Amino acid sequence: MQAARAGLFVTCLIDLIRPSAGFAAARLIEGAGCTVVVPDRQTCCGQPAYNSGDRSGALALALQTVRAFADCDYVVVPSGSCAAMLKIHYPRLFANADAATQKDVSAFAAKVHELCAFLADVRHIDAVPGRYQGRVTYHDACSGLRELGIKSAPRKLLALVPGVDLNEMSEPEACCGFGGLFAEKYPGISNAIVTRKLDDATAADAGLLLAGDLGCLMNIAGKMSRTGCSVACRHIAEVLAGELSDPPIGRGPAEHP
Amino acid sequence: MKPSSSRFPDNAAAALANPRLRAALDTLPGGLVAQRRAAVAAVPEFEALREAARAIRDATLDDLASHLEAFETKAISMGSKVHWASDASEACRIVLDICRAARARLVVKGKSMVSEEIGLNAHLEAEGLEVVESDLGEYIIQKRGETPSHIIAPAIHLTEADVAADFRAYHTHLPADRRLDTPQSLVAEARNVLRQKFLAADVGITGANFLVAETGSSIIVTNEGNGDLAQTLPRVHIVVATIDKVVPTLTEAMTLLRVLARSATGQDMTAYTTLATGPRRPGDLDGPEQSHIVLIDNGRSEMLASDMRDALRCIRCGACMNHCPVYNAIGGHAYGWVYPGPIGAVLTPSLLGIVETSHLPNASTFCGSCETVCPVKIPLVSLMRTWRERAKQQRLETWPARALSKLWISTATRPALYHLLARVAVAIGGALGRRKGRFSSLPFARGWLAHRELPAPQGRTFQQLWRETERGVPR
Repeated sequence: MQAARAGLFVTCLIDLIRPSAGFAAARLIEGAGCTVVVPDRQTCCGQPAYNSGDRSGALALALQTVRAFADCDYVVVPSGSCAAMLKIHYPRLFANADAATQKDVSAFAAKVHELCAFLADVRHIDAVPGRYQGRVTYHDACSGLRELGIKSAPRKLLALVPGVDLNEMSEPEACCGFGGLFAEKYPGISNAIVTRKLDDATAADAGLLLAGDLGCLMNIAGKMSRTGCSVACRHIAEVLAGELSDPPIGRGPAEHP
Repeated sequence: MKPSSSRFPDNAAAALANPRLRAALDTLPGGLVAQRRAAVAAVPEFEALREAARAIRDATLDDLASHLEAFETKAISMGSKVHWASDASEACRIVLDICRAARARLVVKGKSMVSEEIGLNAHLEAEGLEVVESDLGEYIIQKRGETPSHIIAPAIHLTEADVAADFRAYHTHLPADRRLDTPQSLVAEARNVLRQKFLAADVGITGANFLVAETGSSIIVTNEGNGDLAQTLPRVHIVVATIDKVVPTLTEAMTLLRVLARSATGQDMTAYTTLATGPRRPGDLDGPEQSHIVLIDNGRSEMLASDMRDALRCIRCGACMNHCPVYNAIGGHAYGWVYPGPIGAVLTPSLLGIVETSHLPNASTFCGSCETVCPVKIPLVSLMRTWRERAKQQRLETWPARALSKLWISTATRPALYHLLARVAVAIGGALGRRKGRFSSLPFARGWLAHRELPAPQGRTFQQLWRETERGVPR
């Protein structure tokens, strides 16, 4: 039997800032019995345009993405936020398109899965390559949680990693204040929100904060570095896949023995 | 009230720099939010109730005109006088005329957000009337010359110590050495002061949580009983309400009340749920001689016919703002008008226009918490996004923002160019940031870097590495 073709939607942030998380995702998808393909016609999912009110820009990028993954059985996304854009908002964007396009888009949307949900709930994997000795905490990124209902999948997967001790924050579902361009446009408010997240993460007494979205992670990690907080931040795929050779997000080699 | 929504960034900065405000807002998660969570957990069918509430509101809005006519007919038959106001100034004029005809001097008010919206107090006071707010929170802020910072908890931005200090300053007829160090003592003092106002008032003005077409009644919910006194003791009772408040039947109103109190304060029901149906009848022990109902449009018909219609489902519980990380950070005054939080970010542009208010729908992380708690399932994020589209169409963003977003789209829609530029940018960023793994300052991203570091790229793009490692070759 031919292995399923899983197209990896890399996300622009992982492509630009943290390819190691992308390789971790690819390794996990392969471990789940799929062939990973990475179409080179993909760029950005269009969410920044969509959420800043540029519908036509978002439409152009959506169409490009849908076409790029036409020959895949699955589209797997290591970000709840981009996955929700592809799965939920693309069909809305094309609500007034012609019937053929709508059909393509809804077929595409049906193939889209956030990485953790894909591994845990679609492929039902029962082992991962990673191992990690220590206490971690998990931040539920907003879009994955509230638009896609991803809550148990990352926790199921972390339970498969030998040595991981998951200690929840008091408000793991509280927004981190990233909000895409929000953090740049309204920095003071964003700062107040991320400060609460830092306090909560610190209280969880974990050495490592994990999440499924690089946007949130860059925000939280960036705030932690600025304030000298010792909690490190990684994409959950890195721990699941055991790809820990690169320093945590926003840390240099000197801080990564 | 004069809007200051166009100065949202300055308002927010001032709020963030106010430690007493932050201390007051810090009580929200353990207060209204925790109370709602407990109340909802105690009702297994709460999700079904939300859906029922949404359906009731939608069905009513579908046929709003006939429900309003039915309400008017029934209210008149119960002895009320019904007035129609197309906008704020007409509404204020109608209320003033009623007060003048009654030769009123003192007006006592129950809490009413629409009276804030139409600027009723200022209008009546300018004509020589004394207007006293009787809801404790409204009383506190009226004395301070402030506006509500929350639609159900108007003084939530203040601490007990703030209120105690205010009361000492205002209630100079009371002994200076009295104790005001508990909420109970503050409430008792306000109650004593207000009791005299209730007894002396000529006119009582209340809002309405709902108007019931079946019975011609207005319904108000309070926890202090002040609304009851305001509508039963004075000679004249005036209800001010917008046209979207109508509900066809009492049964439907009860369903809405079940979600309203739980969503707002985490109560099963508010302490007082009061129906007012017409003036005092022969043989009644109390009640007003005249009952007036002022039905106000002020932009609602326009909303009803627009893509903002879903926002008219709102029953003003305040749950969206209680659960909003932005509201929790800055409070309500920063939004610059009557309705703060996510519902304010949708309503304010609808009622005042997007030009002066475009910050409000933009100042959201789109976390979606508001939608998950809204008792009538208003798609607040989608509606805010629609306002962002309008703002974009009207070119309300700054030119660098517009140029950058254009550049991003034109690059991202050319994958080969995009990947080439990405390689170059990431190579430079990776080289400069390699040692620290992050940037503390850059000539751009100033907002971001004001409060946090920017993680540096790892040096090569995923696409580049994937192809270099030949994993991009089909196997």
